[in-house]
Amino acid sequence: MKRNTAPLLWEISKPGRRAITLPDLDVPAASLPTELLRTPGAQEGGRDTDGLFGPHGTLPEIGELDLVRHFTRLSQLNFSIDTNFYPLGSCTMKYNPKMNEAAAAHPGFASHHPYQPAESSTGTLGVMHRLQDALAAVSGFAAVSLQPAAGAQGEFSGVLMIRAYHGSRGDTARTRMLIPDSAHGTNPATVAMAGFKAVQIPSDAEGNVDLDALHAECDQTVAGLMITNPNTLGLFEAHLEEVIETVHACGGLVYGDGANLNAILGKLRPGDLGIDVMHFNLHKTFSTPHGGGGPGAGPVGCNEKLAPFLPGPVVRATAGSLAYVMPEHSIGRIKSFYGNFGMLLRAYVYIAVNGTAGLRRIAENAVLNANYLKELLSETYPVRYRRRCMHEFVCQPPEGVRTIDIAKRLLDYGFHAPTVYFPLIVKEALMVEPTETESRETIETFAETMIHVAREAERSPELLHDAPYTMPVGRLDEVSAAKRPVLRYCPG
Amino acid sequence: MPFITNTDQDRQAMLVRLGLSSVDDLFSELPVRFRNPDIELPPAASELEIMAELGRLARGNASDQNSICFIGGGVYDHFIPSLVDHLASRGEFTTAYTPYQAEASQGTLQAMYEYQTMVADLTGTDVVNASHYDGATSLAEACMMALAAGKGEKTTLLVAGSVHPEYRAVTRTYLQAQTGSLRILTTDGATHGMQADGSGDRPHTVEADAVTVDDLIAQIDENTAAVVVQNPDFFGRLHDIRPLVAAAHDAGALVIVHTDPIALGMFRAPGTDGADIVTGEGQPLGIPLSSGGPYLGIFGCRGELVRRMPGRLVGEAHDHDGNRGFVLTLNTREQHIRRERATSNICTNQGLMALRAAIYLAAVGPGGLQEIAELCYHKAHYAAAKIDALPGYSTGISGGSGQFFKEFVVTTPRPAAEIVAKLGRKGISAGLDLSRFYPEQSSKLLVAVTERRSRDDIDTLISGLREFAS
Repeated sequence: MKRNTAPLLWEISKPGRRAITLPDLDVPAASLPTELLRTPGAQEGGRDTDGLFGPHGTLPEIGELDLVRHFTRLSQLNFSIDTNFYPLGSCTMKYNPKMNEAAAAHPGFASHHPYQPAESSTGTLGVMHRLQDALAAVSGFAAVSLQPAAGAQGEFSGVLMIRAYHGSRGDTARTRMLIPDSAHGTNPATVAMAGFKAVQIPSDAEGNVDLDALHAECDQTVAGLMITNPNTLGLFEAHLEEVIETVHACGGLVYGDGANLNAILGKLRPGDLGIDVMHFNLHKTFSTPHGGGGPGAGPVGCNEKLAPFLPGPVVRATAGSLAYVMPEHSIGRIKSFYGNFGMLLRAYVYIAVNGTAGLRRIAENAVLNANYLKELLSETYPVRYRRRCMHEFVCQPPEGVRTIDIAKRLLDYGFHAPTVYFPLIVKEALMVEPTETESRETIETFAETMIHVAREAERSPELLHDAPYTMPVGRLDEVSAAKRPVLRYCPG
Repeated sequence: MPFITNTDQDRQAMLVRLGLSSVDDLFSELPVRFRNPDIELPPAASELEIMAELGRLARGNASDQNSICFIGGGVYDHFIPSLVDHLASRGEFTTAYTPYQAEASQGTLQAMYEYQTMVADLTGTDVVNASHYDGATSLAEACMMALAAGKGEKTTLLVAGSVHPEYRAVTRTYLQAQTGSLRILTTDGATHGMQADGSGDRPHTVEADAVTVDDLIAQIDENTAAVVVQNPDFFGRLHDIRPLVAAAHDAGALVIVHTDPIALGMFRAPGTDGADIVTGEGQPLGIPLSSGGPYLGIFGCRGELVRRMPGRLVGEAHDHDGNRGFVLTLNTREQHIRRERATSNICTNQGLMALRAAIYLAAVGPGGLQEIAELCYHKAHYAAAKIDALPGYSTGISGGSGQFFKEFVVTTPRPAAEIVAKLGRKGISAGLDLSRFYPEQSSKLLVAVTERRSRDDIDTLISGLREFAS
């Protein structure tokens, strides 16, 4: 079946077209270093673009209208929160308020250069200082650095802080980091980057950290534990306080993966529980848009003990004005300039419009929506752990039905699929997170569709194997794509 | 209630279905003594109030609303065509996520594929990934990749002192737990370790850091995993990297070149000249300055190295009817599959920024990019010549070839901080006071000139600077 794909830029390109004009040169031309030029012809003012790029090809040449249509068309090939319910578990695909975008586009922020001196950066410094304070208040931490550009960078910062803390005490025998088997893949990858050995801790029959296994691993070689709470099964760690005490008792520190903070926003503060350091995913919990894969922002918060090790700079009030300061024993810079400020500004707006009561309502509605959806699906899509869930839950398709088929068929009905095959400890996992911003009607329609698709799978399995039918392309062959990777367009 | 759709009646009906009497029952597993804490935040405000407050705060920022910008240092005040904002702010792009369901994400995937192709052509590399957080983290991950490629036998990274101080600092942060050493090369032939803040026990001068390609070649040995240079460098200078590539490859070392994509509209592509890994800060490609981010980390390499490459990659794929589509591919390098053996922990990238760069490059085309680069070049040279003619000012820095692109170091007759502050109050952002990185040098100003600066703008800067002439 011929589908509805879009041509590539090069397929609509024609020499001589372009979308923008530029001013004429209004200063005398300087001499050019011929030996360094891309096209020698340029020296004579030539525009010999044939040899400019390559050896494989050249930038496309496209008129403005065709260019606008091309990218508008591409946008229409996407599912997005603005167009579809997007219950992608662990990603918190909540509504992204438009006022956030207006704030970030304000020219006073958008065209402000990060190397402006402090006295001509008071707006930016003010927003960052307020956001640091707000995130500290929400999480119960003593200090926050806004530097990390994404959750994985926040994790990396936090684990380096734990390493630096032990190092500062001459406690260098601590080489192992404990990680529950339900953790996101970034956790073990981060631990390896930070020079530690990842040690996996199994889950118990209730989906919690197995306490016996934890006790058995805790000794003088443990640098710490990375824990996601609620965990990736969507369950609140029932023995969280004991887990934290156990790790602390052997001299280790506890890293909190803040990916699932939306579930407990305003209800519980990780710092109060004794978690030492944690990152925030502003693109999940605090409504900044996911952008087709980023940018995100992953600020890191910690207690007094770890504050001197935070990545810098942080914003501090000194002598009546705000300034960027490196924490005393900082692990260093994790990114150039000052964090993903555009994302920080959006999160600031989101917190300001919600206030404390609003943040608490977010968690309450997120957890209510998730439990309601779990209940509506319970007869068809069983959950392994029969407990109340938090903001998301992990279920399985009926016996004999494959998760991939359910996921692809849902697309035909206008729903983005849940996260699939994660966490790894649940076979055929479907991880569903409706978020607080969805209406009861949307959730009910989605549940009806999920049940309908399960029935289809049972009645006519071959129908689902070939799904989706209504997307711009049919099911794509990822195996062949990886075997002979084509990672760029080559004409001809 | 902001952003919440359900009504009290909805919530009540849902609770009834769950057999619960109140929302609090949903949180009964949370430790009682910590539940519902007091959180001190300002009271909730309306959009109207918040926007007014942000407008007030924004007035404390110098921006293109009130100042002419000659500040660079890695990110620049380039022209952004209106269509970039218009297209990239479409909700179908901004509110999608990582394209896990390829068939429902062809827009994002195709745009990333187009980005990868255009930036590969621009940098002269075989393959470019779907982006990193910024130029600094691209460079840091390139260094980690080079150490991994050295397989424990080649353990030294030789980094030019003329690489942006913040990029060096970020690289040091990334490598602090790795086996291998980072040597920063200066003009006196000495190499130095590096401190967390990017400084170190080395001469704190612009002159010492302004190394040449010859200085680097002299330091390559059998332990060198990679040589790392920036071109144009932090001081704006252009280098011919071909002799460096030849020397490094003779010694079995890789060459990592960090570059400015606008410069590539005019000057030789590092990949074409033999660089193994090319990184860059993609901000000049249609991305606003935004006080420091989000920006775009460009990362490209030779084809043979692709399985060591960090970050997401989009590849061509086909459905069973032969229709062309795009998928995330070579995932077995990545953290969600390989966990602790992954090439990096990177997960979220800068997709929306890569989209902006793709739209920008397609809009300007090859001729437009060359023109933009040439406008920058000629205007910067005009400004440098005028400043050099002012009494007390000079624009030459030692150890350089004198060739530069759009940015140059000025030695000033008065402290650069004083000039920046006084001209700042007149609506002229004169440049970057380099004492930020070289605390012992108070009279070095890094001045950047982009295509947005008219001759009048430049003459205004010259008049401003003249007041401090000696």
